[in-house]
Amino acid sequence: MLSDSADMEVSVWRGAGVAGQFENFKVPAQENQTILDVVAWIQQNCDPTLSYRYACRVGMCGSCAMMVNGVPRWTCRTHVKVALQGNRISIGPLRNLPVIKDLATDMDPFFDKWISAEGVHHPTRSRDDAIEQIDPEDHARRQANEGIECINCSVCYAACDTVAGSADYLGPAALQRAWTLFNDARDAGRVSILEAVSGKGGCHNCHSQGSCSQYCPNDLNPMAAIAGLKRETALSFFKRRT
Amino acid sequence: MLTVRLYMLQRITALLMAPLVLGHLAVMIYAIQSGISAAEILGRTQGSIAWFLFYGGFVVAVSVHAAIGLRVVVHETFGLRNTLLDLFTWAVAAGLFLLGGRAVMAVTLS
Amino acid sequence: MIRPHRTHALWYAFILHRISGVGLALFLPVHFYTLSLALTAPGRLDEFFRWTDTAAVKFAEFGLVFLLALHMFGGLRLMALEWLPWSDRQKTLAAGAAAISFLISGLFLLRAI
Repeated sequence: MLSDSADMEVSVWRGAGVAGQFENFKVPAQENQTILDVVAWIQQNCDPTLSYRYACRVGMCGSCAMMVNGVPRWTCRTHVKVALQGNRISIGPLRNLPVIKDLATDMDPFFDKWISAEGVHHPTRSRDDAIEQIDPEDHARRQANEGIECINCSVCYAACDTVAGSADYLGPAALQRAWTLFNDARDAGRVSILEAVSGKGGCHNCHSQGSCSQYCPNDLNPMAAIAGLKRETALSFFKRRT
Repeated sequence: MLTVRLYMLQRITALLMAPLVLGHLAVMIYAIQSGISAAEILGRTQGSIAWFLFYGGFVVAVSVHAAIGLRVVVHETFGLRNTLLDLFTWAVAAGLFLLGGRAVMAVTLS
Repeated sequence: MIRPHRTHALWYAFILHRISGVGLALFLPVHFYTLSLALTAPGRLDEFFRWTDTAAVKFAEFGLVFLLALHMFGGLRLMALEWLPWSDRQKTLAAGAAAISFLISGLFLLRAI
């Protein structure tokens, strides 16, 4: 058990761009404390220049993800006790994204890939049409529901070794979004989605390492979504040839 | 650096090879039971169209499969891309096909 | 190499598949070359077989057969999880693949010695 008086050894990544190093801080342990609380404590009490990003603090906005002891986590909902190794925590910027400064990464490549994967709405109707009736028990609808709780936190993207090895790879979040829209009856982009995920950076690069599904803070399964895209593209591969 | 075409080639050759690998494992386990010699192998395989097709098919499939597999490894590990990556893939496929083809000829023809 | 985010069953299944695949690809040219000796120099092929009778080489052969079995069952596991929507059985499949590989290569080793 942590007592309120003990100090934790916290090393935090400091630096801009590719250059940087870990800096050590002593942070008083509290009974109830998240990783984000620790980062905020350092910024308020040790070094006001520490840069990091957060907004909602309740696991909805997806802006506070960082590498905690080498594992990507949403820091506002990660209790210190879960991550603490001995008395130490290391906190770094998300992997696979360019660092702007300290713990803040540039999320542009992550969101650009959502667009590249056709992870955008392709409407079937205009505002003048009646609202489409959706059967919640429909098979495709249930497939779509599996992925809609994604908060774009980029934890899966940071966990993925295929993204690390292949800069063009669209990554688990964008591909899961593509799969969700593919299964949504209100989306007209099925063909363009399959084309978008079949190119050089597409779903076929995935090695099913499963780190995306392992670390998704909302317990989603991007690997299964990518497998769905592989199945559909394989089917349409044969259809186009017959 | 896999497109849907390379992915399908990779999976189709894999499916083709699954029964071939099982057959190959069975032959190996059988063949080594009483020692192994060139004469014994050749006695079984030479002049046999069935063995020629079995191992010929194996060589074609493995050349494609290994070339695509190594393509991915080389891209992810050493960052090789585009034309160089394509050249590497073709070189591996051609090299394995030639070497493998020669081996199949050696043990099944004449 | 095995960084903190990689310590889970599916990543281990991946790395076994990759290592066995690269190992087999490196071994294949040697395998093809020795077999083609049957055509060019049958005497040298027998010489080679006598060399393979030593214990160290036997063990290396066990390794090769193990790689082959591992790669095949690992690959079947991969295709099953990609093409059959069995999302929650993936870890069981990964473990099963490794177990069967051990079984087959173990059988080979028993017969070989």
